[in-house]
Amino acid sequence: MHHYQKSLSYKIFTIFNYFILALIALLCILPLIHILAVSFSGSAAATANIVGLWPVDFTLDAYKKTIGNENFVRALFNSFLRVILGTSISMAFMLCAAYSLSKSDYDFKGRKIYMWFFVFTMLFHGGLVPTYMVVTKLGLTDTIWALVLPSAINAFNLILLVNFFRTSVPKSLEEAAIIDGANHFTIFWRIYLPISVPAIATISLFTIVFHWNSWFDGMIYMSNVKHYPLSTFLQTIIVQQDFSKMSVDAETLKNLSERTVKSAQIFIAALPMLIIYPFVQKFFVKGIVLGAEKE
Amino acid sequence: MLLPAVIIVFIFQYIPLLGLVMAFQDYEPWLGFLHSPWVGLEHFKTMFEYEDARQVIWNTLVISTLKIIFNLVVPLVFALLLNEVYIMKFKRTVQTIVYLPHFLSWVILGGILIDMLSPEGGIVNRVFVSLFNIEPIFFLGDNDWFRTVVVITDVWKECGFNTIVFLAAITSINPTLYEAAIVDGANRWQQTIYVTLPSMLPIIIVVGTLSLGNILNAGFDQILNLYNPLVYKTGDIIDTYVYRVGLLNGDFSYGTAVGLFKSVISFILVVTGYRLAYKYANYKVF
Repeated sequence: MHHYQKSLSYKIFTIFNYFILALIALLCILPLIHILAVSFSGSAAATANIVGLWPVDFTLDAYKKTIGNENFVRALFNSFLRVILGTSISMAFMLCAAYSLSKSDYDFKGRKIYMWFFVFTMLFHGGLVPTYMVVTKLGLTDTIWALVLPSAINAFNLILLVNFFRTSVPKSLEEAAIIDGANHFTIFWRIYLPISVPAIATISLFTIVFHWNSWFDGMIYMSNVKHYPLSTFLQTIIVQQDFSKMSVDAETLKNLSERTVKSAQIFIAALPMLIIYPFVQKFFVKGIVLGAEKE
Repeated sequence: MLLPAVIIVFIFQYIPLLGLVMAFQDYEPWLGFLHSPWVGLEHFKTMFEYEDARQVIWNTLVISTLKIIFNLVVPLVFALLLNEVYIMKFKRTVQTIVYLPHFLSWVILGGILIDMLSPEGGIVNRVFVSLFNIEPIFFLGDNDWFRTVVVITDVWKECGFNTIVFLAAITSINPTLYEAAIVDGANRWQQTIYVTLPSMLPIIIVVGTLSLGNILNAGFDQILNLYNPLVYKTGDIIDTYVYRVGLLNGDFSYGTAVGLFKSVISFILVVTGYRLAYKYANYKVF
C-alpha cells in the first residue's frame, strides 16, 4: 500500500524497525529456549553454569527422573482432571446463563437485574480471607471442587458471550425456529451453539489456560500434596523450595533440587500451553477484537 | 437456564461479602460471627498506624502506577512499529512469539526468572559480567532492583497481548484518511502523528482509564512467585500482605480489614474509570 514511499530516512527506519521487532521477539522466546537447553543438559554442565541456548552433554536423564517422580505424575494427572472438569462446568454454566441474558429486556423481564448481579462481582469482592472461609466451611478443602466451583463463573467472559450471542445470532433465524415449534433448549443447541464456535473456542481457551496455570487455590485449599495440581506442586518445589510437605527420601530430594530436573519440570508444565496456543491464536485474536468493538 | 450460574455466584461471591463483618470484629473461629466481640474501626486504625502497612500501600501504588504507564506505552509503540511491517510472514511470526508469554503462568515464568536472574551463574548475570565487567547483581534479593525487575518482567509478559487491541484499532482506521494525508504531502512519520495516533485516541483513553481500577492490584501472582523476605521492604504489596497476615498468621480480622480497605478503594476507582471511559470514549461494557 505504501510501497512508493522510498525516502532514505524511511528505508533506514524500516531496517531499524525489523531489527528491533526481531530483537523483541527473541527476548520473548530465548528464556524458554535456555530452560529447554538446561533441561536436556548433563547435570554437571548445568551446575557449572555453562549452558546457554544449546544443551551441553545432551541427555534425557532429567525427563526420566521427572516422569519417575510419583508426586509429579500425580500432580500432572490432577491438573488434567481439573482442566477437563473445570472447563466443561464453567462453559456449560456460562453458556446457559449467556443464552438467557442475551434475550431482549422485553422477552426476559429482570434481565438488567441479573446482568448487574454478575457485573457487580467484577467490581467488588469479599477478598481473600472471607472467600477462603466460605470454601473451608463448605467442606470443599482437599477436593477438586474447591478448585473448580468458586471460579466457575467469570463475569468478564460471561459478558463476552452475551455480547456475542446478541450481535451474531440472526433474530430471524430464531423466530423461524420458534414458529416451527422449537423450545429454548433446541434453539440454544441447534442455533446458538453452532453459530458461536469462535467465541466458545476463545473463551474455552481462556478457561483452560486459567485452570492449567492456577496454583494459589491449590496451595490454600489442599492440605495434602497428593491433591496438588501441577502448578501448585511446581510452586512449592521450584519457587518456594519447600520440601517439607513432600515427605521424600534423600535421593528424591537430591533429584528435585537439581537444576536440570527443575528445568524439565518447568518445560513440561509449559508444554500444553505451547501446543494448544498456536492452533487457537487466530480464534482468540478475533474473539478479543470482537469483544472490544462496541456499537 | 440461568439458575446454576446464579447459585454459584451467590455462594462464592455474595456470601463472602457477609464475611466482611469480620473486619469490624475480633473474630474468633470458635465464637463465630454472631458472638465475636465487636471492635468497630480498630483494625483500620491499626493499619494506618503500622509502619509496614503504610509501606505496603506505598509499594502497591508505586509498582502498579509504573506497570500501568509502561503497559500502555510499550504495547502502543510496539503496535505502531508492527504496523510498518509489510512482510506478512515476519509480522505474523513476531506476533505469535510475543503473545506467548501471556499464556505462561507466573509459576513457570517465576521458575525461569529465578534461575536466569540468580547471582550465582544465572544467564543474565553471566552476560552482564562478561559485557560490562561488573559484580553479579542479586536482582530478586536487592531492594534497589526488585521493583524494576517486577515492572520489566510484567511488561515482558503482557506487552504482546496488550498489543492486540491497539493493532485492531489501527486496522480499523479509515484508509481514505491516509490517502488524504498523502495528497497533502505527509510522510510516514507525519501520517503516524496526524492520522494514526489521533484515530487511536479513544482506545488509548479506554485502556488507560480502565486500568485505573487496577491501581491497587500490583500483581499478586507475580510478586508471590518472585519475592522473598529480603525484598519485603520494596516488594510487599497489599495482596501479599493480606495473605501473610490473614491466612498464614491466622489474623483473620486484620487481614479482612486490609482486604476491605483495598476492595472499597478499588471499587471507587473502577467505577470512576468506567465513567470516564464512557464519557470520553463512549465505551460501554454491556
